[in-house]
Amino acid sequence: MAGVVLRNVSKSYGNVTVIPDLSLDIEEGEFVVFVGPSGCGKSTTLRMIAGLEKVSSGQIVISGRDVTWAKPKERDIAMVFQSYALYPHMNVAQNMSFALRLDRRPKAEIEERVRIAADMLELTPYLDRKPKDLSGGQRQRVAMGRSIVRDAYVFLFDEPLSNLDAKLRSTMRTELALLHKKLDRTMIYVTHDQIEAMTMADRIVIMKDGLIQQVGTPKDVYNAPVNTFVATFIGSPSMTLVPAELSEDNGQLHVQGAGFKLPVPDRLKDTANRATGRQVTLGLRPEHFAAEARSDAFAPIDLKVKVAEYIGSSQFLAADMGGQDITAAVEVGPEADRMSDGQYFFDTSRLYLFDSNSGEAL
Amino acid sequence: MAHADMDTQRLDLPEPMPQPRFQAGFITPYAFIFPALLVMLGGLLYPVFMAMYLSLYDWQIGLDLEDAPFVGLTNFSRMLTDPQVWEVLWVTMRFGFWTITIEMTLGVALALLLEKPIRGASVFRTIFILPLMVSPVVVGLIWRYLFDARVGWINYYLGAWFGIEPQIWLGDAQLAFFAIVFTDIWQWTPFIFIIVIAGLQALPSEVVEASTIDGANWWQQVFLVKLPMIKSILVIALLMRLIDVFRGMEVMLIMTGGGPGRSTELLSLHIYNRAFETQQLGYASAISVLLIVIVFAISTLILTMANPMKSRSDV
Repeated sequence: MAGVVLRNVSKSYGNVTVIPDLSLDIEEGEFVVFVGPSGCGKSTTLRMIAGLEKVSSGQIVISGRDVTWAKPKERDIAMVFQSYALYPHMNVAQNMSFALRLDRRPKAEIEERVRIAADMLELTPYLDRKPKDLSGGQRQRVAMGRSIVRDAYVFLFDEPLSNLDAKLRSTMRTELALLHKKLDRTMIYVTHDQIEAMTMADRIVIMKDGLIQQVGTPKDVYNAPVNTFVATFIGSPSMTLVPAELSEDNGQLHVQGAGFKLPVPDRLKDTANRATGRQVTLGLRPEHFAAEARSDAFAPIDLKVKVAEYIGSSQFLAADMGGQDITAAVEVGPEADRMSDGQYFFDTSRLYLFDSNSGEAL
Repeated sequence: MAHADMDTQRLDLPEPMPQPRFQAGFITPYAFIFPALLVMLGGLLYPVFMAMYLSLYDWQIGLDLEDAPFVGLTNFSRMLTDPQVWEVLWVTMRFGFWTITIEMTLGVALALLLEKPIRGASVFRTIFILPLMVSPVVVGLIWRYLFDARVGWINYYLGAWFGIEPQIWLGDAQLAFFAIVFTDIWQWTPFIFIIVIAGLQALPSEVVEASTIDGANWWQQVFLVKLPMIKSILVIALLMRLIDVFRGMEVMLIMTGGGPGRSTELLSLHIYNRAFETQQLGYASAISVLLIVIVFAISTLILTMANPMKSRSDV
């Protein structure tokens, strides 16, 4: 079986269990992003795949080979670290060729591979420079170059963009996605930034407290979050959760609470029917609010706007809905002033319902 | 401009704030280092220049300096042809070579072995640095008794455990040289150890991990990654030991007094003997100047070859 397989992997430090039991199949060539808050075990998982941490139990298979107890260098992996982890005493070319030189590859091959990688990353003019003479973005590229020359089966990334400024980060995101296309290698990427996850991943693995919450494409996890944790973690600004109740009224199922009464969309009718009369949690994504109704699915909601943040194409509203704090992101035209209290509309076809007790999606 | 006036310059300005009369300027940093400079000049440069001044006179103890005859560079020309000076220089160089080579190797090796947080490592570390806390005079006394031919533990245990005949350690030229080298290693290896282990523990762990991923084994990690990364620390440690070799004399003074013959007489001990045993203060000062020149030359050489201030780079 190709790709990377984690089977019942667990990790404990003494009495502290970081990862109780984790299983995941990653396909060959896939770009998988582990995302979650700090301490959720995503980095530990990556380090176990790399062989930098030993598993407490379970099995790790890379490209059909059981590597559970193999040394990092026997796993056919390359890794990019958050701090770049360049060798400060070596120049760019030496940094990139270190692994090949240790492997005693022919000199011509080493030079050729470094040349290709440097070309790809636009590092050719800097090959003789030491890391301290490079900018953050260039160091980041050298760290990537170091893994590219390896031509490893799996590329591991441990929050590689966290130390870059916002603009560079978004450029590097694009470059990484391009790199994945060019190299066509399996890539496993760890981040706490859901935007990085959403923009780059083929599949996202959302983790919390050492447990996988959901695995799916960016579309899946955005549109069909399995629980309130995933729902609030993915999407920016975060989804607002408010307590609500399901009720039937003239044959139409409604979800209602303080300051709102919204029709339940068709896609949720079957499951919601079974929960009628029970306490539920309603999930409203800020971006599904609008200043005017654009279709029949839009239902009016009165909002008291506390603060309107001007973003440009839209405004983020910190508002009060029947005593509940909610966030709305409303698209506005170029002439709009800061939005104020009044009637807004919500696209009810995009609302989410969760069980109040378990937090699971209905 | 009309637009800018409207949006950014709407307010009338108040009276400008007066510029403070005193501002940190050109003088300030020098004012702050002045006291330290004074101490440096008084404590460091004065004796150096005094030594240079004295080296131009034939000054004997008991004679007033005013009465000492000015001899120009005679002391220096005498020094260059003095076989005793060349002999102690040779002893000093041999001593420095053996002690520093072994101390650096041993100190680095121990630091590498005890770098990992293993059980009891901190106890070992504390034990290792104990010799550093002992004053050189006490070290000299301790080892003089340990090496003592009749009542020393060393002869006793060599005999009891290995059946080796008692040796007159401090009475034989070669054995005495070995004894002072051994004592120096005992006292100063911990110094290298403590500096190197601090350097190793400050290394960013991700860089070491990166080398593991790159396929480096333990030896390659040590020689291609870790030691090059603490090169500046190694250079400074080496420099301090080298300077100490030319400075230190208490241990030899007490253990052997430089003997037998001049087999354990280091340069600084020789200067001491010249000054206070043979009472030739002017000549001793001339040799001191030689010592200063040697130490200065070595320091400059090492610092230019491997500039520890420059080679330290952020990762």
